Amino acid sequence: MTTVVREPSRSTPPSSADQRLSHLRLLEAESIHILREVAAEFAKPVMLYSIGKDSSVMLRLAQKAFYPAPIPFPLLHIDTGFKFAEMLTFRDQTARSVGAELLVWRNEPAIAAGTNPMVLDTKRCCGLLKTQALLDALSHYGFDAALGGARRDEEKSRAKERIYSFRDTAGQWDPKNQRPELWNLFNARIHPGESIRVFPLSNWTEMDVWQYIHEEKISVVDLYFAKERPMYVRGDILLPIEQAFVARFGERPQLVKSRLRSLGCSPCTGAIRSDADSLPAIIAELLSFRSSERANRVIDHDQEGSMELKKREGYF
Amino acid sequence: MASAPLVQDSTFSIDEFLAQERGKDLLRFSTAGSVDDGKSTLIGRLLYDSQSIYDDQVRSIEGKGTTAPGQIDFALLTDGLRAEREQGITIDVAYRYFSTARRKFIIADTPGHEQYTRNMATGASTADAAVVLIDARKGVLPQSRRHAYIVSLLGVRHILVAVNKMDLIDFNPEIFRAIELEFGALLSQIGVHTGTRVEPVFVPVCALAGDNVVHRSDTMPWYSGPPLLQLLESLPSAIDTRSSGFRFPVQRVVRPDSNFRGFAGQIVSGAIRSGDTITVLPSGRSAKVTRIVTYDGDLDQAHVPLSVTLALDQELDISRGDLLVASDRPATVTRRCKAALVWMGRAPLELNRRYLLKHTSQTVPAVIAFLDHRVDLGSLEHRPVETLGMNDIGVATIELFRPIALDRYAEHRNTGAIILIDPESNSTVAAGMVTEVFTGETAMPVAGPVSAAERIARWGHRGGILTLSGPSEFIDRVERSLFVTNIVTIRCVEAEEAQWASRHGLLALLATPSETASLRARANDQEVALDSGDPAQVVASVRQLLSRAGITVPQTEAGS
Repeated sequence: MTTVVREPSRSTPPSSADQRLSHLRLLEAESIHILREVAAEFAKPVMLYSIGKDSSVMLRLAQKAFYPAPIPFPLLHIDTGFKFAEMLTFRDQTARSVGAELLVWRNEPAIAAGTNPMVLDTKRCCGLLKTQALLDALSHYGFDAALGGARRDEEKSRAKERIYSFRDTAGQWDPKNQRPELWNLFNARIHPGESIRVFPLSNWTEMDVWQYIHEEKISVVDLYFAKERPMYVRGDILLPIEQAFVARFGERPQLVKSRLRSLGCSPCTGAIRSDADSLPAIIAELLSFRSSERANRVIDHDQEGSMELKKREGYF
Repeated sequence: MASAPLVQDSTFSIDEFLAQERGKDLLRFSTAGSVDDGKSTLIGRLLYDSQSIYDDQVRSIEGKGTTAPGQIDFALLTDGLRAEREQGITIDVAYRYFSTARRKFIIADTPGHEQYTRNMATGASTADAAVVLIDARKGVLPQSRRHAYIVSLLGVRHILVAVNKMDLIDFNPEIFRAIELEFGALLSQIGVHTGTRVEPVFVPVCALAGDNVVHRSDTMPWYSGPPLLQLLESLPSAIDTRSSGFRFPVQRVVRPDSNFRGFAGQIVSGAIRSGDTITVLPSGRSAKVTRIVTYDGDLDQAHVPLSVTLALDQELDISRGDLLVASDRPATVTRRCKAALVWMGRAPLELNRRYLLKHTSQTVPAVIAFLDHRVDLGSLEHRPVETLGMNDIGVATIELFRPIALDRYAEHRNTGAIILIDPESNSTVAAGMVTEVFTGETAMPVAGPVSAAERIARWGHRGGILTLSGPSEFIDRVERSLFVTNIVTIRCVEAEEAQWASRHGLLALLATPSETASLRARANDQEVALDSGDPAQVVASVRQLLSRAGITVPQTEAGS
């Protein structure tokens, strides 16, 4: 068995006994505890790897949790077919350098049938390419636990979610009947067919994630950094030119200094105008933001409580 | 999500900001209450005034609430579930995050009604502090009592009492002081009860206007203390257990190849240095720590709450669930303990039913052998009961099917905490705080058509051993007196015999006659010297001893 290849340590060693631990070290210790519990208590866990910043942090925490052994579970990417090309390149490179097994799952019948958010609405498109694909992948491989990088500060229904989120045999979440979760004693017991979604980053905020990426020098997809990119400009919305079908009749792309604040499917992820081309610049920009990170996602606000509804149906 | 003005300031330096962030620690606090006591408004204020809410989140709820036009109904911001928004109630714990220049905060926001006691306990289990809200017009309500009791039971020492809606009582300091007096007295009473000394600080606030929440208000010049947020910033974070005994539950054995074998876990108490001797529980074997391994390089020392991997100088048989402890300050290996339980299951507690007990990284079958009492949160009285229903709190004696290493919750929050799981439904049915750890031979329940509970109910006591030493004449007299007052003992000669009787639910009397020694009685590690000159007093003392040792049940006490 080979040990994980890694670069020499550059982060500062944990503080001496008379110093208080910083909030990032506390969050890190908590997340590592969760990751180890999952590896120990489930028969077949998997880590959902979405290529974004949160997944990048979760992946680094998994390396730390099991060091000097390799990560003891595979990574699973749900590919909708609409991810940015740069994301897929980054995904394959990262899996190779970490030495983890990477599984990719696509809802091929739906993709072949031409499913896209223009033909369907975003809700049904997500339902087929993300939720259905995820449920199919979990049942195909027989995973009983799926680790995800979701954070409670992202959205108000997520604020109510447990770290161990129980799902019934259909992958559904019952928000009114969640298992009590006390201290760090997680109840991992399930019947055959049921599963648990586990969120080791539950207590991290967007700011924590960026600061950790900066401190730990974790590489992230270049799309997060500002640069001149061709965009369709529609009022406040900047739409990346990735899929031909998003263009409206007669619309021409313009070069805009911009970046993505969160990564999703290209037709549904708007970019923001920005000059932030480094991690400190991104953190400084984050301090000035007056909108939440999901505001540029088309999918969350088509309906009040839409995230809760999607999660009930099995979405992450 | 911190303060925007920083960035508008031309002298803002990202490097300085990042350096400051590195020194920021974390405080977790719980809050409880219902929509109408202003709790959501208070939390909304903390988030909004510390600029932790984004514009699009405010826009999404503007004009949708029940408050006056132009005002934001903060409850809509905090109640995340559709059912909550539709019914105007808070159902479940919600976690919220905000940050100031000094500290990062995690709020466990819990519903306050009686039927959500279990959610309150969930929120308090990870909290370093609690904010209790009191409506100045209504004074101390059952809900505030319940919240205070639960946070104290869960080991939270610091309680900030926000006396809200001061504007509606014309900022009257007399009313504030009366509440301070009443609730302060109640908190000390609760502290005696739960064993956690509570340290309250009172603040008069008006959450709606923001008075004394984030900024000091001049509406109450008679209040000289800091606003609520400043108090939260200055509380000591997480109970400091670096000086307590080292505790390290093993989560996983790490074996990447034949050259390395390490034990992965999180330090939940104390500190460890390379070279220290540790003891593995329950086996009791010791070894020296040779390396403290992390991905970022080996450490010379590490302390709570770091997650690390330890390598030892000897090949001991160690697996998940074992507890590594400081050899000079070990935990107690036992098969029996007493714990305060918060019942969370839909089905009531069943004595002698098999539950799964989860403690640190291990799960052990267990039965609740005996229910000492239920706590009435209104009067703080102990009531004898047969069972606990959902949201009840009580104290029970738990028998484990194999020995584990336990601490008392008051001393070690992590290694003194348990949950009970129903092995059929898999649901979490109780949270428990270990209050007493019994040593010595422990009775295993014997299955049969008559349950141990029924035997206890019939006999008025559980299995136990009463040891009497002294002149045989007095021993005989004590046994006779107990018999006529319905405490039936079985006279045993050998200790083994007594243990056998005790295991089967009988009360064994182990007599050590000595004509020269004075009369002494012992039961479950408790001992009393008896004045043989007063026969009535002797019998009363023995009865008290049996009750203190948990052998006789409360009904018997009531009858005496």
